[in-house]
Amino acid sequence: MSKEWPLWEIFIRGQHGLNHRHVGSLHAPDAELAIKHARDVYTRRNEGVSIWAVRSSDIVASAPSDKGPLFEPSNSKVYRHPTFYDIPDDVGHM
Amino acid sequence: MTPLFQLCLRMGDSALILGHRVSEWCGHAPILEEDIAMANTALDLIGQTQMWLGLAAEVEGQGRTADDLAYRRDAAEFCNLLLVERPNGDFGATLMRQFLFDAWHHEMLKALAASSDDRVVAIAQKAVREVAYHLERSADLVIRLGDGTDQSHRRMQKALDGHWTWAAEAFVADDTDAAIVQAGLMPDPASLRPAFDATVNEVLEAATLTRPDNDFAHQGGKSGRHTEHLGHILATMQFLPRAYPDAEW
Repeated sequence: MSKEWPLWEIFIRGQHGLNHRHVGSLHAPDAELAIKHARDVYTRRNEGVSIWAVRSSDIVASAPSDKGPLFEPSNSKVYRHPTFYDIPDDVGHM
Repeated sequence: MTPLFQLCLRMGDSALILGHRVSEWCGHAPILEEDIAMANTALDLIGQTQMWLGLAAEVEGQGRTADDLAYRRDAAEFCNLLLVERPNGDFGATLMRQFLFDAWHHEMLKALAASSDDRVVAIAQKAVREVAYHLERSADLVIRLGDGTDQSHRRMQKALDGHWTWAAEAFVADDTDAAIVQAGLMPDPASLRPAFDATVNEVLEAATLTRPDNDFAHQGGKSGRHTEHLGHILATMQFLPRAYPDAEW
């Protein structure tokens, strides 16, 4: 068994009610200490109001080698962008 | 020296010396995450020192600053608890010292929220939130290491046995404490003992550690009679401002 503590991915919700954002990773022996370490490592400058910690090994990621089939088909589909509408002036910023 | 000045020195000096001791770990802790956590604790304590010694300097009214009090006094003028000047030892000894201090500190700050002086109340209310986290963290780690491997258990028991008789000083009032209590500035130190005992007993039981059967209390730190360790701490901590009195940062 490895003596190294497992790796955790840390997500912090900022002050303004935004989504949790990935801020980095750290080592911790279990979930409880992962939260404590995240508090000490990533919220020292008043960055957060909520912390999520996820075991890095539990993250399911797309394979870089699948980049072509996964993403290239959407390159040529400009009609998927809502850019063909005239927005009335009084709608303002959208 | 007024009771308020004395109270500020006693609170400020314990925070300063422990803050310095914990800062000695910076760059040396077992892993990066604990290194940062230790530095955070040290900085919290130094921040509290600035408030206590700042108020001490203000009520003294002799033109001294918090920095003067921290860097221009000798060991016999320091009023910190003896516990906080004890050497760091291994990581377990540092954590046990922190836990015993936090368990007292948290009760003391909660009680100081009822002080007769509004400035003391303000400092206590700000510090108690930081110290609540210090206690949560140190208690958690004492439990994990006490109830950990054979080696970590043995080291934590040794740390507890070593620190125990130095932790009781906080609860024994001397004449200066009596005057501070008389002024309504703080509670009777002995009145904090039951809550301290409850916290310590609960954590030690969960940590499978044995509370030492010894009520002896080393005393003297609060009135300036220190162990040989404080002089070494001050030699390091005060070197720069004493060697370069005009230095600014």
